[in-house]
Amino acid sequence: MIEARSLSKRFQDKKRGEIRAVDNVSFTCQPGEIYSLLGANGAGKTTTLRMLATILEPTDGTAVICGHDVIEEPEKVRANVGFLSTATALYPRLTAQELVEYFGRLNGLDELTLKKRVDDIFNRLDMNGFRDRRCDKLSTGMKQKTSIARTLVHDPPVMIFDEPTTGLDVMTARTIITFISDCRDRGKAIIFSTHIMSEVERLCDHLGIIHDGKLLAHGTVPELRAKYGEHNLEEIIVKVVGPLLNNAEA
Amino acid sequence: MNFRNIGIVYGKELTEWLRDKRTLISTVLVPLLAFPILMVGMTSLMTVMIGRAEKETAKIMIIGGEDSTQVLEKLRRVKDLEIVPYADDWMKRISEKEIRAAVDVPKGFDSALGQGKELTVKIYFYQGEIKSSFGANHLEKFFDDYRDSVISSRLAARNLPTDIIKPFAVKQENVAPPEKVSGAALGGLLGYMVILLSMTGAIYPAIDLTAGEKERGTMETILSSPLSRVDLVLGKFFLVLSASLSTAILSIISMGTSFYLVGHSGAMAKKDAAAFQLHIGLPAVLSVFLMALPLAVLFAAALLTIALFAKSYKEAQSYLTPMTFIVVIPAVASLLPGFDLNPKLALVPILSTSLVCKEIVAGTFHWNYILLILLSSSVYAAAALFIAVKMFQRESVLFRS
Repeated sequence: MIEARSLSKRFQDKKRGEIRAVDNVSFTCQPGEIYSLLGANGAGKTTTLRMLATILEPTDGTAVICGHDVIEEPEKVRANVGFLSTATALYPRLTAQELVEYFGRLNGLDELTLKKRVDDIFNRLDMNGFRDRRCDKLSTGMKQKTSIARTLVHDPPVMIFDEPTTGLDVMTARTIITFISDCRDRGKAIIFSTHIMSEVERLCDHLGIIHDGKLLAHGTVPELRAKYGEHNLEEIIVKVVGPLLNNAEA
Repeated sequence: MNFRNIGIVYGKELTEWLRDKRTLISTVLVPLLAFPILMVGMTSLMTVMIGRAEKETAKIMIIGGEDSTQVLEKLRRVKDLEIVPYADDWMKRISEKEIRAAVDVPKGFDSALGQGKELTVKIYFYQGEIKSSFGANHLEKFFDDYRDSVISSRLAARNLPTDIIKPFAVKQENVAPPEKVSGAALGGLLGYMVILLSMTGAIYPAIDLTAGEKERGTMETILSSPLSRVDLVLGKFFLVLSASLSTAILSIISMGTSFYLVGHSGAMAKKDAAAFQLHIGLPAVLSVFLMALPLAVLFAAALLTIALFAKSYKEAQSYLTPMTFIVVIPAVASLLPGFDLNPKLALVPILSTSLVCKEIVAGTFHWNYILLILLSSSVYAAAALFIAVKMFQRESVLFRS
């Protein structure tokens, strides 16, 4: 399971001084659940997800993933997490299969298990047609499937997806969404961020609305609908974030 | 530290490295082919050009000498010289390479010789222009021979032996064995080349594995794996080190082959070819590589660290290109006369290694200095590697924007 405890991240910028990219964010995501982080660009979603994946270290607060603290045991956390973001590209000079195998080995899989796991994932994601093709020769959809295979090869109990369907065609996006849903059915705790509301409605058990580094609202979709008196998720976001934007402009 | 993971990272980096055409060109093809092509090609071309220039008849002009028909007649009979009629613009003609040289025969040359007066014959030529020098040499040789014949006839006229003007001869004799001769000439160069090539061989992979990864967006991918940062740095470091050493080894093999080909090709005169026949034994070459190893480690770690700081490939190139000068200056300094090993210089990285390599190739092993230099450069290398590991743990460096 994922538990963020008052996660905060500050950056120093020469021109703008101290920037609070994430400010005191707390939430939990249980196994078999999908938690979605929603917010505008620059709201702090990616930084939050990067801290959960231990790519960045929190300035304050912490997070515990599968019983391991992200600050104390980052390597154990990463062994339990599959992380995919718009910034996790593929090695252009490796083939799709070599890339997935590389990450499998780094996760400590023995060659027999690795072969079974790779064959299974490549079949499930329909990737056999390009398994020996170099990553720089793959289409966007093929690349995204390879990235997903990379995050799954060690069968982690926690998956973190940062805008996994951005830039994908309808059919590939659909495959990815079905796949995320499938991961939930297998009992994984999943956290993902997106700008596509239909994906949230289809997948999410819980969601959090983040703005300016702060988690302004969170709960299940029905809970938020009841609280803000709106059915449409976009309208709920506008109601949560809108007053702050108006104050800032005033 | 997990050796299995370091090996996995190294294996993957090696696979990618070998699949990169730019790598193969810069690390394998250029070092292997550049030296033979340059050396064999250039020396063959030079031999042909010089041979042709020497064989060509040299056009020269005589200034004055109208009253000295005797010397002019002898000059006209010289086989390799073609005398063109006098013209006032002779200097311009030499500059424009129409004639190779001109000789000023002083007024009353023939009669002055008969009276035993001292005269100066001036030869005009264009310095730096090889054909003009050949023309001037021909003229000088003619006048030297002519002077000798005049001296001989004067001595004969007085019934004196010719050795009266040469009471003794002077001759230099070499006592140094062949390896010392070539060691002095080329020994410094071998150490210098190994040092410089281990540096240049490391530049491209160091950039590709750090700033290149940032630019391609794969840095975050690898950082999301359970691999520790220490293992990641070491895997990358060993690849950069391998690239650095393989460039140096291939280049030295290639250089050795080139020297061998030039020295044994028969294209050069025996005297000149001897300079290319190396007498450096395998133990000396291996010792040079052993001495250069800590430096290669230092270069690999330092270049990785600097390139990691860059945001893009281009930025990394602009940081690392000036590094070549930092290496070239002490390495060149070691070739200058007056720089000899002493305890202080033994602590200066690059310079000390270059100096000791020069000595090793010349067959001198100062064990105290060798140990001191190995120790000091290993300490620098370890420090550079430590800094590289620390840099890979800094978010501000990894995600610099």
